[in-house]
Amino acid sequence: MNDLIHSLIFGIAQGSIYALIALSFVVIFRATGVLNFAQPALMILGAFATSVFAIDLGLNYFIALVLAMIVIALLSMGIERVAIRPMVGQSTFSAALITVGLFIALYVISTRLFDSKPRTVNDPWGVSALCLGGNLKEEWGFVSCEGGLIIYWHSIGKIVLATIVIAALFIWLARSKYGLAMRATSMDQETALAQGINVGGMFSTSWAISGAIVALAGGLFAANGSVIQSTDALFALVALPALVLGGLDSLKGAVIGGLAIGILMNLTKTYQTAIAPWLGLNFENVVPYIVMIIVLLIRPYGLFGTKEVQRV
Amino acid sequence: MSEFEIKPGLTGASKQLNFENSKGVVRSAIKRGRPTLYTSYETSMQMVNTNTKKVWLGLLILFALSLPFTSSGGWLHAFTLLTIYAIAGIGLNLLMGYAGQISLGHAFFMGLGAYTAAVVAGDPARNALGFGLDLAIALPLAAIIPGIVGLIVAPLATRVRGLYLAVLTLGLLFIGEQVFKTWSGLSGGAGNGRYSAQRILFGIDLNANTYAVGPFIFTPEVVYYLICLTLLIALAILAKNIARSKVGRAFAAVRDRDIAAEVMGVNLYKTKTLAFALSSAYAGIAGALLSILIGTITPEQWNLFMSIDILAIVVIGGVATISGSIIGAAFVVLLPVILRELTQFIPWLSVSSGGLINVFQLQTILFGTLIVVFVTIESRGLFGLWIRIRNYFKAWPFSY
Repeated sequence: MNDLIHSLIFGIAQGSIYALIALSFVVIFRATGVLNFAQPALMILGAFATSVFAIDLGLNYFIALVLAMIVIALLSMGIERVAIRPMVGQSTFSAALITVGLFIALYVISTRLFDSKPRTVNDPWGVSALCLGGNLKEEWGFVSCEGGLIIYWHSIGKIVLATIVIAALFIWLARSKYGLAMRATSMDQETALAQGINVGGMFSTSWAISGAIVALAGGLFAANGSVIQSTDALFALVALPALVLGGLDSLKGAVIGGLAIGILMNLTKTYQTAIAPWLGLNFENVVPYIVMIIVLLIRPYGLFGTKEVQRV
Repeated sequence: MSEFEIKPGLTGASKQLNFENSKGVVRSAIKRGRPTLYTSYETSMQMVNTNTKKVWLGLLILFALSLPFTSSGGWLHAFTLLTIYAIAGIGLNLLMGYAGQISLGHAFFMGLGAYTAAVVAGDPARNALGFGLDLAIALPLAAIIPGIVGLIVAPLATRVRGLYLAVLTLGLLFIGEQVFKTWSGLSGGAGNGRYSAQRILFGIDLNANTYAVGPFIFTPEVVYYLICLTLLIALAILAKNIARSKVGRAFAAVRDRDIAAEVMGVNLYKTKTLAFALSSAYAGIAGALLSILIGTITPEQWNLFMSIDILAIVVIGGVATISGSIIGAAFVVLLPVILRELTQFIPWLSVSSGGLINVFQLQTILFGTLIVVFVTIESRGLFGLWIRIRNYFKAWPFSY
């Protein structure tokens, strides 16, 4: 029972990170119709920036997080202006190819920046944990909770921060003038222009927001009581099945997909070795893709995605 | 029968095209200086449709055949790799360039081909599954089995479209990697790897002997290069034929507007499935050849980065051109070799770690950036660049 609750909470914490990453995909996709495969690389750069501000410059973790969000938002805006803006009106296929190219280039740059040394972000939570109904023991830098339920503070921190940001984003997109302008842009760019909306500005804004969200995801992802390396960007790719699961253009779908994937992965991690060891080590890393394929077979546009209407 | 009589029915032939009642054969006096004078549909659609191209193609093949006798070990390895990557690139180009289906899972099918060959022709006495059969059986199987898996996966691909498909093939790649890692009887297990197929073709052990025919010395490496080159030429001709046939036109129709294609009577399901199966078969052969070249294969090497390398070949070389894929493969394979040679002249570039950046990192950044540059500026890749240069000089000095 404790195992179950523990993996659920851990799953929700991890899932909220995936939800943030998936959201950052959706924000870009709704505004510009581009599936940005470079997002995982931006996430790891966000984690790196957080680490530089927090460790090398010795700033408070939360200030470092905000600064990293600003840096990555600016980088993301630059990418949009240089590489994506010329592709307006061209096929989504070409734009997706561009972002694959960007992903590999940025990923290698982040590998170089990390210099193959794992980094930490000096987060306030560390490995400290709550222990419900048991006695807390700390040895060798690991915390264990005998006979009780262990809840890491960083899990709680992730869930709280992600919830705040996601709620703020939803309200902002639904209520503010900019949110309205963004929705108008995503519906029809020419009509939006005719209404006096600065469509180019909306593209920049959405890429900046998306960059900020993904940097936050990176900074939070790094606060895992352990270290982060550039190869962790590949784990962020798991946000893609989460995204497809919810539907490429659905904000709600991204959050639900992210949480579902996070929980599923952690449940698999806890129970698969006992139930089905023949599936191999680290099987939880492919669970999201299997779930995604099954969902796509039944609903080709994801759970909440808009069905593409074809006009001839 | 009069000179200008046209056969009944919609043949598409016009009176003018039936020049001098020649059936497409024009006297050379008339054809001189007009390389693109076509008088029949057949000559226009010929694989090599001008004399200049014929000459250059012949010279190129001669050059490729002479390479192993003039280059040293490292370069010969690179050229063999080039032919193999070109095969993989042509396969992905059939799917992506012609049929317009984006795929990030190409490396998985290459891995599948490699393991098929390794199981069928692997040494039974070694650490993993192997039946020790001939390569003449293993290589076709290395095409057929990935092709069949492609057929099984294709219904999924026909159901989802566009970007969903890209993510789906990415999923295929990760699931495949997990299967390879877990099934250690097949792959030797994660981190270990296994031996690839034995080089026994038609009962002759290719590793055993060095032959000398006149001034030419055929070492095992040279023989293997020639096998790969022969396969590349055969498979390139096959792909070119597919591309200019009814099937190829169906691919292009599906790529450009799938609903319009369906209205015109193209069977979407069949066309997409065929594209998937063909591309997987090409990938399978390339994977098998690659595994034999490098000797030991690990389950981790068939990853996203290999897929992106093949993607770079297609995009940098030129989407929807067969010769472009070969140019792209040359670029992608030879760039690291050239960069490695350059390390002695560029102080901030190093072979191993240390320095500002190493060769592997620089090459990967270059591939990524070049994908971006080519898609935004010249979407037909190096091949398109070549066409532009050619047209410039063709029209010179009136090239405006």
